[in-house]
Amino acid sequence: MEQTNNDAIVALQHIGKTFSKPEGGNLPVLADINITARSGEILGLLGRSGSGKSTILRIAAGLIQPSTGQVLYNGTELVGPAEGISVVFQTFALFPWLTVLENVEAGLDALGLPAEVTRQRALAAIDLIGLDGFESAYPRELSGGMRQRVGFARALVVQPTILLMDEPFSALDVLTSEILRSDLLDLWHDHQLPMKSILMVTHNIEEAVLMCDRILILASNPGRIAAEIQVPLPQPRNRLAADFHDIVDQVYSILTSRAIESIDAQHAVQASFSQLLPIASSIRICGLIETLGSTYFNAQAELAKLARPFVLGVDVLLPVAEALHQLEFAELKAGTIRLTAAGKIFAQAGIDERKQLFRKHLLQFIPLAAHIRHVLDERGEHQAPRLRFMSELEDHLNTADANRTLRIVTDWGRYAELFEYDAKTLKFSINAAT
Amino acid sequence: MDQNLTLLLRNGWKQRIPGWRDLFAIVLVLTVILLLGGGARQMLMPFTVTHQPEISLSIAALPNYALRTVMRMLAAMVASLVFTFIYATLAAKSKRAEMVLIPLLDVLQSVPVLGYLSFTTVFFISLFPHNALGPELAAIFAIFTSQAWNMAFSFYESLRMVPADLDEASRSFRFSGWQRFWRLEVPFAMPGLIWNMMMSMSGGWFFVVASEAITVGALQISLPGIGSYVATAIAQRNLSAIVWAIIAMTITIVAYDQLLFRPLVAWAEKFRFEQTAAEVSSQSWLISSLRRAHFLYPVGRMISRTMQQIGRARMTWLAPIPGITFSPLASKIADRVWLMIVVMGLGFCLWTLGHFLNHEVSIIDVKIVMQAGLLTFLRVIVLIILASLIWVPIGVVVGLRPRWAQVVQPFAQFLAAFPANLMFPMAVFLIVRFNANPRIWLTPLMILGTQWYILFNVIAGVTAFPSDLLESARSFRIKGWRWWRDVMLPGILPYYVTGAITASGGAWNASIVSEVVSWGPTRLNGGGLGAYIATMTDAGNFPQIALGITFMSVCVIAMNRLLWRPLYAFAERRTRLD
Repeated sequence: MEQTNNDAIVALQHIGKTFSKPEGGNLPVLADINITARSGEILGLLGRSGSGKSTILRIAAGLIQPSTGQVLYNGTELVGPAEGISVVFQTFALFPWLTVLENVEAGLDALGLPAEVTRQRALAAIDLIGLDGFESAYPRELSGGMRQRVGFARALVVQPTILLMDEPFSALDVLTSEILRSDLLDLWHDHQLPMKSILMVTHNIEEAVLMCDRILILASNPGRIAAEIQVPLPQPRNRLAADFHDIVDQVYSILTSRAIESIDAQHAVQASFSQLLPIASSIRICGLIETLGSTYFNAQAELAKLARPFVLGVDVLLPVAEALHQLEFAELKAGTIRLTAAGKIFAQAGIDERKQLFRKHLLQFIPLAAHIRHVLDERGEHQAPRLRFMSELEDHLNTADANRTLRIVTDWGRYAELFEYDAKTLKFSINAAT
Repeated sequence: MDQNLTLLLRNGWKQRIPGWRDLFAIVLVLTVILLLGGGARQMLMPFTVTHQPEISLSIAALPNYALRTVMRMLAAMVASLVFTFIYATLAAKSKRAEMVLIPLLDVLQSVPVLGYLSFTTVFFISLFPHNALGPELAAIFAIFTSQAWNMAFSFYESLRMVPADLDEASRSFRFSGWQRFWRLEVPFAMPGLIWNMMMSMSGGWFFVVASEAITVGALQISLPGIGSYVATAIAQRNLSAIVWAIIAMTITIVAYDQLLFRPLVAWAEKFRFEQTAAEVSSQSWLISSLRRAHFLYPVGRMISRTMQQIGRARMTWLAPIPGITFSPLASKIADRVWLMIVVMGLGFCLWTLGHFLNHEVSIIDVKIVMQAGLLTFLRVIVLIILASLIWVPIGVVVGLRPRWAQVVQPFAQFLAAFPANLMFPMAVFLIVRFNANPRIWLTPLMILGTQWYILFNVIAGVTAFPSDLLESARSFRIKGWRWWRDVMLPGILPYYVTGAITASGGAWNASIVSEVVSWGPTRLNGGGLGAYIATMTDAGNFPQIALGITFMSVCVIAMNRLLWRPLYAFAERRTRLD
């Protein structure tokens, strides 16, 4: 924004967060996070699921206590939710049993103001956010967009110093989120909003580039800040402009190079089977190969271009792209994905050929799949309990990641007909015929 | 209704692995029963309740009696609500309290209400000797114990399931504990709580009727009410008076439902958490006409404003109570101390139990009780199987026809609420008339009142059954036995199990009043544990009553743990898609 000065509103200093695992031990989710939200700016936190971006926002809101480090709010340490910090939630978090007006008034409850003042301020906030006429409606009568407007009005009614937004538009459809974004930006640039700074979390790259003055890109496992990008474009920004695209591409290449780095790092550290697999079902993998193989893309695409027509967030697209990379059906490089020779064959093949090819690549490039198959082959009865692999994985991964990885490899193995899994007996097996 | 059912299904039946905490709770409850038994015997002697009004069998007296019965119900409901708010909140907010309170609640649910009526009557009379307040309180307490446990469970479960985003929003807006309770927790729990209140109420009628007229040893109590009216009618062999009582009860229940619960349910609509608009919203003619009455506006506004003010007051002086924070070390020490107290309590209870078994009852008593228990156990199982064979097919047939279901469903709910003990004299009259074997023909009375839970839960299950599944079954021409086995029965299993749980719990309770029945001087004894408890109550043998209740509680708990819980977990696992 124009007159960004260096007044820090909220500063996170050396924040670390570990959650204790139920089976003992600690699971680090954030490591050494340093963020300063300055007066006059919209700061974006961009990352995929698992990067801890929502946890950072909740720490900044005082809803979660960090394990290490401290949060400064206006120069003093933050120990819990404070006056002047407002949160807008992804799921709106409206009280279904209160009307729009009562929901907005609820934001003021903690201040203990006289009833008339509460009413006046609530009506003013409703007016500002364009909710007039809906005062007596219940949230369930409203569309998603209108509900989020109530969320905004409720956050603004307390006259916050800083507004924290947790993926505020991701639960809305494309058209609705577009209008909400531009309304918010208009109010912000017309200086009609009470707060001095906005900190928002998103997994939508275009949204971040459209709204933010500065974007922090997060890396996962544990969550840490990987890069910082300035967005010097003037508002209102044009999504179709070349310089807008340049920044979007830049973000994509940072994200992909980070992803590939972490894949390679895992390979280097432990050439064993216990590596984290990207959360991408076999059907999504086939879908992406098919799409890339179409004449329109001709085996190669920039992720930014690929995401646009399908309105895919980083959350969905990146894991699938990574899976393709790991399976060597495609190569990820600097924000671009390109099918390999095998990938091109796969795109043209029929169902059975695809399965065979997938199976070959699974055995060759996914050590965990090869390991499971190997164990099953070794055993006389061709069966092995899930628990066995689970405990092997848990030597290197935490329970949730181990579970997720095993679920993904089960899906891949089933699709490739490499092995079977019985959810009732919790056992992997192979058919004698296969 | 469906969403209420899921709320009900959710309650307390999930993943709570029985452990030493449950054992502690069982031992604790049993000890208290036994101690009460011992205490009651000492208290009984000096008291006589004088000035008991004569129960009149004239029809003109009935409205007044009905009103008295209703007042008892209301008083118990208020008490249950207060209990629920305090007990469940404590359990949900304090880990240490939860450790004891929740297993305790689980066990208390399994103790037969009518069994300890004799203790509580004696206890309350000793508190207020020489006037009717004692027995009144005892009756109210009996109804309270039939209602409070599942309400508290429902509220506790809701408190723990408050959606994370609303919890964060309330914290981020810095609601005080008081504001949070009234603005977030109570509204969120409301639909489940009201549904459980209705369920409790259904059971309550049964117990209020049974608790109004009671004989403990030489002590005879009859409180003015429909229950006493029926008891007097039985003593005088007056069949027409019994018919009048049934009519009066029917009117009372319908009125209660229309004037209290329909409005409550319609009002609770707004607390539904689903963010989608309801397709069929519950309606109440009472609420609609009240809303239309203009002269009531100022009154209504005043009430709602006062309520809002109370809910929105900060009450910060309450704040330190829910969130007492210890330093980690102090907290660890407190944990140890608390655990030690619990273990010591357990030790004391075990010692008391041992003492009781050694000195108060003989091994012959134990043997008799076990044999009687086995008989009743067998009866419950057979009755549940029979009732399922009858009502599941009927429920499915009705449920598949929405128009029939609309008519049958409220009727089944009414029948479940109707106190079946009012019908007992009819059955006894017939048994005496045809000289039938009471050991066999008294048995169906146990399930007379609770079989309807199976019917209406099955109907609800079928109504909620996804219509696309039905259509796909039809398009693949799945018929006959295969249709039942592969399509319908797995789909309604969780609902059926919920109904069967309620029915079997009710049957145990009912055995105390149904295994021994009388008609004037004629007394039919069907044998079994219920008959044992009833006979011992008449004789005022408190240690034997305590032994009987104890064994019955153990039977109910065993049945829940070994049969119903695994079955429910299985049903739930099978019908989930994700």
